[in-house]
Amino acid sequence: MGFYFAQLLTGLANASSLFLIACGLSIIFGVTRIVNFAHGSFYMIGAYLAYTLVTTLPHGIFGFWFSVVVAALIVGVVGLLIELTILRRIYHAPELFQLVATFGVVLIIQDVALAIWGAEDLLGPRAPGLDRAVRIMGEPIPEYDLALILIGPLVLAGIWVLFHRTRWGVLVRAATQDREMVDALGVNQAWLFSGVFVLGSALAGLGGALQIPREAVSLQMDLSVIGEAFVVVVIGGMGSVAGAFVAAVLISVLNAFAILVFPQISIVLPFVVMAVVLIVRPYGLFGKPGSEHGGAEEPEQPLRLLSPQATMVLMALVMVLAASPAVVSEFSTTLLVDVMVATLFAVSLHFMMGLGGMVSFGHAAYFGVGAYGAAMTVKYLGLGMLPAMAIGPLAAAGAALVFGWFCVRLSGVYLAMLTLAAAQILWGVTFQWQEFAGGDDGILGVWPDKWASDDWIYFYVAFVLCVGGIWLMRRVAHAPFGYGLRGIRDSAIRAEALGMDVKFHQWMGFTLAGAVAGLAGAVFAFSKGSVFPDVLGIGQSVDGLIMVLLGGIHALAGPIFGAGVFVLIEDWVLKLDYWRFIFGAIILLVVLLAPDGVAGGVDRLLRALGLRKERES
Amino acid sequence: MQMIRRKLLGALAALPMLGMIPGAAQAEGKIVIGEINSYTRLPAFTEPYKKGWTLAMEELNAAGGIDGRMIEVISRDDTGDPATAIRIAEELTSKEGAVMIFGTFLSNIGLAVADFAKQKEVLFLASEPLSDAIVWSKGNKYTYRLRPSTHMQAAMLAERAAKLGKKKWATVAPNYAYGKDAVAAFKSELTKLQPGVEFVEEQWPPVFKIDAGSTVRALEASKPDAIFNVTFGGDLAKFVREGSLRFLFEDRTVVSLLTGEPEYLNPLGTEAPEGWIVTGYPPEQIETDEHKAFMAAYEARWGEAPKTGSIVGYNSMLAIKAVLMKAGSVETEALLAAMEGLEIPTSPTGPFMFRAADHQSTMGAYVGLTTQKDGMGMMTDWAYADGADYLPSEEEAAKLRPAE
Repeated sequence: MGFYFAQLLTGLANASSLFLIACGLSIIFGVTRIVNFAHGSFYMIGAYLAYTLVTTLPHGIFGFWFSVVVAALIVGVVGLLIELTILRRIYHAPELFQLVATFGVVLIIQDVALAIWGAEDLLGPRAPGLDRAVRIMGEPIPEYDLALILIGPLVLAGIWVLFHRTRWGVLVRAATQDREMVDALGVNQAWLFSGVFVLGSALAGLGGALQIPREAVSLQMDLSVIGEAFVVVVIGGMGSVAGAFVAAVLISVLNAFAILVFPQISIVLPFVVMAVVLIVRPYGLFGKPGSEHGGAEEPEQPLRLLSPQATMVLMALVMVLAASPAVVSEFSTTLLVDVMVATLFAVSLHFMMGLGGMVSFGHAAYFGVGAYGAAMTVKYLGLGMLPAMAIGPLAAAGAALVFGWFCVRLSGVYLAMLTLAAAQILWGVTFQWQEFAGGDDGILGVWPDKWASDDWIYFYVAFVLCVGGIWLMRRVAHAPFGYGLRGIRDSAIRAEALGMDVKFHQWMGFTLAGAVAGLAGAVFAFSKGSVFPDVLGIGQSVDGLIMVLLGGIHALAGPIFGAGVFVLIEDWVLKLDYWRFIFGAIILLVVLLAPDGVAGGVDRLLRALGLRKERES
Repeated sequence: MQMIRRKLLGALAALPMLGMIPGAAQAEGKIVIGEINSYTRLPAFTEPYKKGWTLAMEELNAAGGIDGRMIEVISRDDTGDPATAIRIAEELTSKEGAVMIFGTFLSNIGLAVADFAKQKEVLFLASEPLSDAIVWSKGNKYTYRLRPSTHMQAAMLAERAAKLGKKKWATVAPNYAYGKDAVAAFKSELTKLQPGVEFVEEQWPPVFKIDAGSTVRALEASKPDAIFNVTFGGDLAKFVREGSLRFLFEDRTVVSLLTGEPEYLNPLGTEAPEGWIVTGYPPEQIETDEHKAFMAAYEARWGEAPKTGSIVGYNSMLAIKAVLMKAGSVETEALLAAMEGLEIPTSPTGPFMFRAADHQSTMGAYVGLTTQKDGMGMMTDWAYADGADYLPSEEEAAKLRPAE
């Protein structure tokens, strides 16, 4: 009995630290609708700052808690600076575009932290006065765990008081529910958003600072918490702080007991819980319908068919690409294959997000299933490259068919997070299942057949498949099916009234996008010769998102620009020291110069130069 | 203002195209070597490694290079992603004219580059990855590995663990190939030496995401006599802290892989555990002339003590020098022939060679106990374990490899 009670307390202590990280994220999202990837970075800076302060100040109870609070405040100031200089300028960009900016901030902070605090992990002192364990029912429980169990609910109570007993808090809650109305009532939104961002950042910093007595401060801290923090926020319901607390307790306590029975479960547990919760409750535990989207946006311009001149320019560019192996070096041919694969992947994601209005944070699942499907066809069936390239997309379509059925029942951020859960569960399976899927050692020896093993021949194989895939997506966008998808995106109710089966239509769109991502994955597998679980990972999904958003979500050409720019710049900066800082800075620059994405920027450029006619209104 | 913005944007888009221009022909006279590692993903381990090979390269070039030809290493960051590593390997070999590739830290990247080496027929010296698969189940003609593998280090520990005579063991290892291989190797080696030993509990926390409190309690619940630990880095710090808070290590011996390496032991500071049996590297205590010379040169060049990565990087470059000298050519076939049984008679860690049968080097590791001195973790009662003594015989090892 004592043992299980102690295990419960351990789970609750973890829940508190998880809640402290997640609550700030929930507040920021609830009001500003920014999906803030940099939240993990704020958490990491909080920990580093607290480490520096704790080890500089005289050791003692006062020094420790003073350091924790000051670290949180400094992180709040950092958050303020980022909000004022970057985010404030792009609130009117398309939904989710801000996450590209926060992605740039993540990269910059990683290099800055490395430069300031060095590469080695830093183990801070234990909390003075709370550095031992006490026996409860005969079991040793660290005193600091007990302190955390108290701090979590205290912070929750503090936030509650702030939101329910102050004028500012009332305004924040009002903005969470209806931004336009608050604006219409004359409340200064800019000031409100800054305040919320500072609060959220400071809470992340506090979460990091409070980890000092529990773990070594390291450069991996940022990315290691961000996934779980999002999961907690979503399970609780976007914008619901109390929900985040319940979700944190649910996950941590489940984990504490689950590892007694099935130690391998930790790796996917949060995502399994999230999938189950979202299937049962489409808005999370405490979320309300309507919490899934940001404010209303300007309706998108309808897609236009290309003018004859533009078609000719496009054809000429494709011809140049086709002729490139004759001109450029062998390595550039390989690089161009990477660009084409990334473009096809981005185009398939754009088909879902831009045309279908279904944001996906886990599109890598289908890319990865395509790659694994192709690799396993070679490994287990002994078939050649071309059959494998056919089976890859089919496998991806199958996976998308299954997961899509669940996902299209949700919308907005909840849909996005369910796709992420699907991707993470698949990732967990490939990562764990060493006998069948190779585990993290992956599947090797997936090279092109002899006839295609020359780089330039494989280039043409990839060219036919990728350009063909991109053409197919474009063709579908202009076909009745594509019109249907766009109609549903703009108004599901009207589409339904017109007699369309909305869910079925979206489901098929999801599946088609999955199949095309799978094709990209199959081409990728043979170009690299090996497949690892990374292809299904969050990193791959985020890369796709960044490409689509950076390119411009409102144009068919957006993902093509985005993928090209992303891969080529990355390849170029990787050669430099502190490339993450430079890459992050470039991303921020693009974000600030072209808040409608590269495609939007190019469009404005062409119109300014008189090469493109102003849109008739 | 609008115009400036647009110009900037255009210029920005054009920048990466610079990379597409075919590379300049390789400069005459120098030998280009490609190097890939996870410099941004795992700087704590890869920075000392880079300093190690850089020092060896500078010494080699100062002494006249290879028959008068200078060595130039083109070093690149793989960002921790196997696909990026493959692209870079392609660039290094086809564009930069690298005659061979070395490096990598993470096992999956090591395996990806090894497979690339096989496909593109280029020599690859895997410096740091520990995975047994690189030289055994997924070994190939073009890949050699320097550092003592998971199996070797686990066998070194099992030898010492068997002397304890403890019966009930629990294991804790990160949940991926490295952890699984290490636990499997330790179990089989210990069972061989001490039949009747029992393994009563296994914990598999996700790598770098250990829930240390719960894991410690699950281990405690099984009441083992001794614990075999494979966690490292941040996970290790959490495990040590939670474990000592909850008295997990009272009256229990812990046998721990890699924990004696300065990369892992230094950050623990005053909380470094006492009396754990570990593999590692105690640079300040090794008294051989070769090591003292290396240590002095390293400290003079970098102003800090060497770490395990430093010695791996340094020995990598010594191996590259040896193979280039022996081959007398930079053609892959000549290099491969030279790698078979290649001997490096002097190195800071003593002589070692590359076995022809399984391409594993016999470089060893230091096995000893952890202790504390002046608030710093260090090793004591250690001895150098020669890698050759912990490998299966060459005939057995050859059977572990796929048929070529």
